[in-house]
Amino acid sequence: MGALMVIFSVQPKQRRKRQDSVEDELELSAVRHRPEGLEQLEAQTRFSRKELQILYRGFKNECPSGVVNEDTFKDIYSQFFPQGDASTYAHFLFNAFDTDHNGSVSFEDFVMGLSILLRGSVQEKLNWAFNLYDINKDGYITKEEMLDIMKAIYDMMGKCTYPILKEETPRQHVEIFFQKMDKNKDGVVTIDEFIDCCQNDENIMRSMQLFENVI
Amino acid sequence: MAAGVATWLPFARAAAVGWLPLAKKTMPKPPVDKKSRSDEILFVNVSGLRFQTWKNTLDRYPDTLLGSSEKEFFYNEDTQEYFFDRDPEMFRHILNFYRTGKLHYPRHECIQAFDEELAFYGIVPEIIGDCCMEEYRDRKKENQERLAEDTEAGEATDAPLPPDSTARERLWRAFENPHTSTMALVFYYVTGFFIAVSVIANVVETVPCRPLKGSTKDLPCGEKYSLAFFCMDTACVLIFTFEYLMRLFAAPSRCKFMRSVMSVIDVVAIMPYYIGLVMPENEDVSGAFVTLRVFRVFRIFKFSRHSQGLRILGYTLKSCASELGFLLFSLTMAIIIFATVMFYAEKGTKGTNFTSIPASFWYTIVTMTTLGYGDMVPNTIAGKIFGSICSLSGVLVIALPVPVIVSNFSRIYHQNQRADKMRAQQKVRLARIRMAKKGTTNAFLQYKEDGGLQDHDGDNSALCVKNRSSFEHQHHHLLHCLEKTTNHEFTDELTYSEMCMTESVGYRTSRSTSLSSQQGVATSCCPRRAKRRAIRLANSTVSVSRGSVQELDTLQIQKCSARPQSRSSLNARTEDLKLNCEDRDFTAAIISIPTPPANTPDESLPPSPAMPGILRNSRSGSYAHETVKISSL
Repeated sequence: MGALMVIFSVQPKQRRKRQDSVEDELELSAVRHRPEGLEQLEAQTRFSRKELQILYRGFKNECPSGVVNEDTFKDIYSQFFPQGDASTYAHFLFNAFDTDHNGSVSFEDFVMGLSILLRGSVQEKLNWAFNLYDINKDGYITKEEMLDIMKAIYDMMGKCTYPILKEETPRQHVEIFFQKMDKNKDGVVTIDEFIDCCQNDENIMRSMQLFENVI
Repeated sequence: MAAGVATWLPFARAAAVGWLPLAKKTMPKPPVDKKSRSDEILFVNVSGLRFQTWKNTLDRYPDTLLGSSEKEFFYNEDTQEYFFDRDPEMFRHILNFYRTGKLHYPRHECIQAFDEELAFYGIVPEIIGDCCMEEYRDRKKENQERLAEDTEAGEATDAPLPPDSTARERLWRAFENPHTSTMALVFYYVTGFFIAVSVIANVVETVPCRPLKGSTKDLPCGEKYSLAFFCMDTACVLIFTFEYLMRLFAAPSRCKFMRSVMSVIDVVAIMPYYIGLVMPENEDVSGAFVTLRVFRVFRIFKFSRHSQGLRILGYTLKSCASELGFLLFSLTMAIIIFATVMFYAEKGTKGTNFTSIPASFWYTIVTMTTLGYGDMVPNTIAGKIFGSICSLSGVLVIALPVPVIVSNFSRIYHQNQRADKMRAQQKVRLARIRMAKKGTTNAFLQYKEDGGLQDHDGDNSALCVKNRSSFEHQHHHLLHCLEKTTNHEFTDELTYSEMCMTESVGYRTSRSTSLSSQQGVATSCCPRRAKRRAIRLANSTVSVSRGSVQELDTLQIQKCSARPQSRSSLNARTEDLKLNCEDRDFTAAIISIPTPPANTPDESLPPSPAMPGILRNSRSGSYAHETVKISSL
C-alpha cells in the first residue's frame, strides 16, 4: 500500500516537470522580435533609410533573435576593454538603453539610443547622460549613484594604469564632479543643474561635437 | 577581436557620450575616415565561382585576408572583382565564417587541404566552433600520427647510423632495436632463450623425480641433480648480468636507465643468486634464502622486453588503477561486513571453524567469489541464511563490476586521452584569449608610442599610424576617450610592476600626487619612453630607495628663471615639453639625468643643469631602480 502511494506521488512531479520543460522550450524559441517598419523608424529617429539598413543588418547578424539580453551585452562591451572589467558599466549602459525596462534591448531601443547620442541636440545628449547616471531613475543623482558609476568606469581601466589607480580616486573624482555640478549644495544633482552646468563648461561642449560622425 | 565585434564598435563609441560630463579633460578628436562609408556589395571570384557579399561582412574580421587590405592584392581591375585561384568548395565555408561568426569543419574534406585554406585566408583554426572542434582535432591528430609513423618507419630503425657514432651509441641502438644488425638479433634471441630456460629450470627443479637408489622418499629434481641445475642457473645469471652491465654501459642516461622498470626487474631477477653465493651455508639463514628464490620468478617479466602485448597490458592496468582500487575497496567492505556477521552468527556453535573475524574472512572470500571450497561451512540457521545472502551478494559485487571494468578499460583509456587533449586545448585556448587581449592592449600602447594620439593632419603622421585600419583607429580613439575621462592611462604589465615596486617603498604627500597625476597626463603626447623617464623623475610619490636621492629640477632647466612651483607653472613647462615633441631624443636628453652608481648619501644635491643638446643615454632599464624626488623650490 505504502509502495503504491510512493509510486503515485512520484508520477505527478514528473508530469509537472515535463510540462515545465515544454514551456521552457517554447519560451526559448518564442523570443523573436521583429522591429517596426523602416518608415516608422525613419520617422522616429534621425537616421536615413540607408543608415538604418546598415545598422539593422549588423544588429541582426549579431543577434538573430532580434534582441540583446544583458549577458550578451556585457560580453560584447567587455571585448572593447580587455584590460579591465567592463561588466558593471555595461550593466548601467544596458539599463540606459533598455528604456522600457523589459530586460532586453530590441532594435528599436538600440536605434533610438543611437539616434539621440549621435544626432541629437546637446540638450538631448545631456539628458541621456543624466539618465545614465541616475541609476534608480528618480530624477536626482546622489553621491552614491555617482560613486557607483565612477567605480564602474574606473574598473574598465583595469589594473595596469599610469598613474596607479588608488582606492580613493573614484571618490575624489565624484567630489570634483559634485563641486562643479551641485550648485545649491543639497547633495544631489538635478537635471536642470546638470544641464546648466554642462552647457557652461566649454570642455564638455567641445567634446560633444566630436561624436557626430561615428556612424 | 572576436566575432562581429566590429559591428558594435560604433555603438560603444556612441555610448562614450556618457563619459563626457565626467571627463576631466577634453576628449581627443576622432579619426576621420576618408574612405567612403557606404556599404557596397563585393564580388569575389574563386576559380570561376562568383560569390557576392557585403563589404561590411568581410570587414568584421580585420585580421584575416579578406577583412584587411591584403585582398587588394587580388583585385582585378578589368572585371572589378577579387579573384582567388583556390578551391571554390572550401571558400564556401570560409565565407560562411564571415557571415555567421562560426567556422565549421566540413567532414568530407581532407584535413590538410582545409588547414591550408585556413592558412591562406589568414584564419586561425582555433576559432572552429565547438560543434566541429572535436572532429577537427581528432582528425588532425590522426593525420599527424600517421605522418609521424611513416617518417619514423622510414628513418631511425633501419637507417644506418651516422658514421661518427661511438661504440656506445651503436650498442644502445642494438639493444633497443634488435632488427638493426645481425649481432643484435642473435643476442636478442639468445637472451630470450635463456630467460625461457631459466624459468623452465625453476619450474622443473621442484618436480619430484624418482628417488635415488637406496632410498624410498621422492626427491624434487632440484635436489637430485643439484649440480646440473646449479650450473644452468649460473649460466643464466651470468648471461643476465652481462646483459645488464652492457645495457648500463650503453645507456645514454644511466640514472634514468637505473630507475626504469625493466632495469629494476633485471636486478631483482639476478639478485637472489648473488645473495645465495654470499650467504653462508647456515641452517637458520637458508630459510630466508629459500624465500629469496621466489624472486627468481621475476625473470619471467623480462619477457616484456620481447613482447609488446605485455607492455600494453601493464600500461592499461596502470591506467585503470583507480577502477581496480574501487573494486578492491568495495570488496573489502563487503568482506568485513559479512565476516563479522558470520562470526557472530556462528559464535554459539561448538567446534566451529569460525574462530575469529579474520578467520571468517577466508569463508567470506571463498563464498563471495563463488568458489565454495567447503572447508568452512555454517551450521546454525542464522549462519546459513547469512551465508546464502553472502554468496548472492558476492555474485553481484564481483560479477557486476568486472564487465564494467572491462569496458572501462577502453572507455577510460580513450577518455583519459581525450581529457588530456581537452586540458591542453583549454590551456592553449585560454592562452590565446589572453594573448589576444594583450594584443589589443599592446596594439593600443604601440599606437600611443607611435605618436598616434597627436593631432596630426595626414602628412606628418607616421606611416605605421596611417596603415591602421579604420576599425583600429576608432577603437583606439575609444580607449583614448576612456583615458581622458578617468585621467589615467593604460600601461603594460611591465611598467605596472615596476611602478608597484618603486611605490611600495614609500609614499609622499597628496599634494605631490596631484601634481604628478597632472603632469602625467600632460606628457601623454610624448613617446612612452621619454614619458617614463619624465614621470620617474617628476613622480614625487616615489620616495627614497637605496639611500640614493637626487634632487631634480628638470623643468627648471628649460626656463632660465626660477619659477615658484605652482600648478600653472608646471602646466606651462609641460606645454614646452609638448612643443618639443618632434625631437624625441632631444626631449629625452633634457629630462634624463642619470644617477651615478656610486651615489652620494646627501639628501640634497645641487641641481645639475643639463644643457640642452647633451644627450645622456641611460638605459631605460636602469630606471627601474632609480627613484627621484622632485625638488621643492
